[in-house]
Amino acid sequence: MAVRYGSPLKRAFTFHIPLALMVGATLFPFYWMVVTSIRPDVELYNVKMNPFFTLHPTFKHFEDLFELTYFLRWAWNTLFIAIVSTAISLFCGLLAGYALARLQFRWAPPLGTMIFITYLVPPTLLFIPLGDVVKAFGIGDTPWAVILTYPTFLIPFCTWLLMGYFKTIPREIEECARIDGASRIQAMVRISFPLAVPGILSAGIFAFTLSWNEFLYALVFLSSPQQKTIPIGVFTELVRGDVFYWGPLMAGALLGSIPVALVYSFFVEHYVTALTGAVKG
Amino acid sequence: MARRVSPAASAVPVPVVVAVPAARRPGGLGRLLEREHILAGVLLTPALVILTLFIAYPFVLGIWLAISDKVVGRPGAFVGLENFRVNLNDTIFLRAFQNTFVYTFIATFFKLALGMVAALLLNHHFRFKRIVRASMLLPWIVPTVLSTLAWQWMFDATFSVFNWMLLNAGLISSRILWLGDGTMAMGCLIAVNVWRGMPFFAITLLAGLQTVNPDLHEAAEIDGANAWQRFWRVTLPLIKPIMLVVVLFSMIATFADFQLIYVLTRGGPYSSTHVFGTYAYEIAMRAAKLGQGASISLSLFPFLLAVIVFQLWYIRRSD
Repeated sequence: MAVRYGSPLKRAFTFHIPLALMVGATLFPFYWMVVTSIRPDVELYNVKMNPFFTLHPTFKHFEDLFELTYFLRWAWNTLFIAIVSTAISLFCGLLAGYALARLQFRWAPPLGTMIFITYLVPPTLLFIPLGDVVKAFGIGDTPWAVILTYPTFLIPFCTWLLMGYFKTIPREIEECARIDGASRIQAMVRISFPLAVPGILSAGIFAFTLSWNEFLYALVFLSSPQQKTIPIGVFTELVRGDVFYWGPLMAGALLGSIPVALVYSFFVEHYVTALTGAVKG
Repeated sequence: MARRVSPAASAVPVPVVVAVPAARRPGGLGRLLEREHILAGVLLTPALVILTLFIAYPFVLGIWLAISDKVVGRPGAFVGLENFRVNLNDTIFLRAFQNTFVYTFIATFFKLALGMVAALLLNHHFRFKRIVRASMLLPWIVPTVLSTLAWQWMFDATFSVFNWMLLNAGLISSRILWLGDGTMAMGCLIAVNVWRGMPFFAITLLAGLQTVNPDLHEAAEIDGANAWQRFWRVTLPLIKPIMLVVVLFSMIATFADFQLIYVLTRGGPYSSTHVFGTYAYEIAMRAAKLGQGASISLSLFPFLLAVIVFQLWYIRRSD
């Protein structure tokens, strides 16, 4: 969309200043994490000092984080859980999305609606009975408790996104392959799936960040310190009653945010596609 | 010059002979999978098994829990609507009920308004546009718990950076207790929710804005419409469908929010900022009353259902 430019002064007030304010407000909490994580305790807990910078940066909080908690273990747990649950969800979502978008069968429309409804069911509604289900399967307090429950919100999302993606791939390409003698499955696996790779990547990136960030299920289903994920570990192990260890807390928050921010920065465009595709369908 | 082709030769369609090697003809199982409804069944099975086990079954179980008196460690007995009766006489529940709506509607309003402003700003051409857009999404992609912890530190009773700035600017003379009373704390919760959710609105609305044909704007401008009128009369009607969908998605997520509130206030001070999610957690997990807790989280359902039905109706209509 073309936008006309007015005088520089007008443009400053209608564009540059609001944009700068918005970016500033967006990034300020992250700046705060960084500053807090490198300021020594004597400065953190001194109201007289300017809190915006430090002349004595220290890595003490990071050392504490690694020595006093299982942070590395949490990082490994989070990564493992995010990768496996994303893989499961992509596998299920790819097959289901293909079936719903491409195959002619009587149950396609109601099943599509059903998947859409499950997509909108929030964890808050299910976490209490799911706790019982997880216990009944004997997987409470193991990574599988969340690896198998994250797909409840990841599969509907992946299915929905990939369904939309398959609809954009012309049917004719598959029909050509069929005429050339490919079986139904061969046409699907050799022709349609490779063409859907960008969609799969988008869904995968999005699913990965969702499982990296998940909180409620992990909080309820994982209880021993070694089993926790980063969001749960940082929140539960660095807050004791009313005492907050702000230095290590912010160090943990920073380190827990960086991996997902990195993954995101490499695939911004895919992520945005997933985000906008998720709502458009 | 192009090679000469005789008119007769080009007019006659060349018969296409497709040789299908006999060996590649599918066998028994393969032949079954040639039939689309059977293949569809096979392809849908993994997804449906997981969704049935971990959504449909827990949902039914949740309804059973909500009408039972189950507590941790012993089986529950049927109690009818007793749990819901208890909820309606529980002032904390009623407060949570009210909070959930206040939180959802105020936060969604600001997310929409600010998200629209951000989308309009990002729709300009400017240097570093890609990096600005990418960094704007950061609040949305980093773990909410971790960024909320940063906010909690910024709202700290003693060491709040906002207080430091206001005190040093001479705007206040004593510290503000940001999370000290229910109203103030609710304001902070809404502010953090807006900070976190605004990027989602900005990016999806930006995608909508990019589909608006610039010619329409030019035509309106020639007809004498000013910038405000062009936005209100041209842009807005065109992006209304995507706006509505984004608002509905966001409302569901905000209505069912748990983590932001649980981390920032834990429902406090004095249980004044609970929402359905946090109060259900409090009752089910900390007080171990699973039945009562399930009845609280099930109270989310009528509202969710209304939004979902509306959304399905809207999708059908626009199809």
